[in-house]
Amino acid sequence: MSSRIFHIAANTFREAVRDRVLYNLIAFALLLTGAAILVGQISIQIERLVVINLGLTAVALFGVVIAIFIGIGLVSKEIEKRTLYTVLSRPVARWEFIAGKFVGLSGTLVVNASCMAVGVFAALLYVSRQLHGSDAWVLVAIYFIVLQFLITTALALFFSSFSSPLLSAVFTFCLFIAGSFAEDLRGFVGLSHGLQHWMAVIAVYAIPNFSALNIINPVAHGNGVSGQLVFWNTAYALVYIVAVLSGAIVIFEYRNLK
Amino acid sequence: MRRRRTIRIAAALLILSCAGSVFLLRLVDRLRENATLEETIYISSPRLLKHLSLGYEGLLADVYWTRAVQYFGEQHHNDSGEYKLLWPLLNITTQLDPHLVPAYEFGAAFLASRPPLGAGLPEQAIELVEYGIRNNPDDWHLYYDLGFVYYDLKDYAKASDAFERGSHVPNAHPFLRIMAAQTAQHGGETRTAQMLWTSVYETTHDPQIRDNAKSHLVSLTADLQCEELEQIVAAYRQRTGRNPSSFADLVRAGMLRGIPVDPTGTQYRLDDDGHVFVSQPADFPYSEKALPSGYVPRRR
Repeated sequence: MSSRIFHIAANTFREAVRDRVLYNLIAFALLLTGAAILVGQISIQIERLVVINLGLTAVALFGVVIAIFIGIGLVSKEIEKRTLYTVLSRPVARWEFIAGKFVGLSGTLVVNASCMAVGVFAALLYVSRQLHGSDAWVLVAIYFIVLQFLITTALALFFSSFSSPLLSAVFTFCLFIAGSFAEDLRGFVGLSHGLQHWMAVIAVYAIPNFSALNIINPVAHGNGVSGQLVFWNTAYALVYIVAVLSGAIVIFEYRNLK
Repeated sequence: MRRRRTIRIAAALLILSCAGSVFLLRLVDRLRENATLEETIYISSPRLLKHLSLGYEGLLADVYWTRAVQYFGEQHHNDSGEYKLLWPLLNITTQLDPHLVPAYEFGAAFLASRPPLGAGLPEQAIELVEYGIRNNPDDWHLYYDLGFVYYDLKDYAKASDAFERGSHVPNAHPFLRIMAAQTAQHGGETRTAQMLWTSVYETTHDPQIRDNAKSHLVSLTADLQCEELEQIVAAYRQRTGRNPSSFADLVRAGMLRGIPVDPTGTQYRLDDDGHVFVSQPADFPYSEKALPSGYVPRRR
């Protein structure tokens, strides 16, 4: 079982690399290099802040865009090219296919984020001449960003299991935006009454809470993150991913592929 | 062969059109002066901007802070004396990221400095720094900056209070306590101002703040020297019953060793009323006592 998932994952990773997904690292490197050199000349005393804020925002946005645009094609492309039938004609269960695709794209995103993390630390070293102890929190912020990627990938895969690529992209992107406003939705729950209140409560729990996974600003100011937040955010992300992937598997199992 | 020719033509066209577009853009820019820093803030609500940033408000705050710096620099460079966007830009910056301490420190200096050096809006500078203190109560630099704004307003009681509050913050610089006491007892004295600006000059690592402190110190030194020279003029008047017609009279009377010069090396001047002042008042933007009678700082 695990070897079949591993093979599908490895193929997904290879395909992403072949699709030149990792070329975004060049754009990222140029962006950070430009910021590191330029900001010191056009602004005052925010060189470190810009490297962290810009670096981590770019890591997050590049990754989310990759997760959405590769994720939406993971199933539909296989159906379109008819390669899915070849895979499923072998002793591969449908759920293994979904799990393999998820692990493969997640692996691509982790490799991508790791390269970007190296770039962020190199830029930090360039502007500060040395790394500080508080810079280690940047790693925690990147870890949370990776958790966001995993949730986004699971969502893209979920929509891709029953919808067209275009609609899947729209749905996933909308959920990403809504998830970034999770704190505001929470506030809306407190203000609303009756049916609106219950709908808001459902939305709060159904929509992924991306805002809890965004700690870029405090980290940029050198503030630490509690171990509890790391633990509970990890647990939340994992449970949410399992829920979304389970939904994708159920739909995919029932889907008529003829 | 034909393919190679097509590639050559396309490559030549590419180079020519790139150069052409740069040339044309420069022409357009010349027609639209100052178009790059338009005096407009398209979205003035920090709350709306915070929402639009999708949680990446830290980066947006950096962008707005850079825009504020660029705007101030541009207006300052052009000597326009108009800084109408400065406060909104600083307000947006600090609302987006309330922990962006440089925006309070430098923003207060930009706002509080008198025109043409700054916006001449000390009340808004106070509001900005007070907001910064509410959000960063453990940063002693902000109390220090607040004290300076009050000091410039000659509100020595509040300046002393700000220094005093700052001295209680953990890891505060020890000179805050001295500054609090000195400001409370000898607020309006030039020597006190000299002490405060010397402390800024010696503690800052920022070249702009250092230049500003140097400019204050040069003006204060001129003030002190003019005060001393006017005392000599008064002594001469007492002795002879008239004002000296020039510094040469004072030298002849043995009251001066030579013609006195200001910190920039230019000779001081003396009017018929015995008032001593600098020859180039524009070089002493913070001077209060060494300026010619009726001198109004010019907006270039």
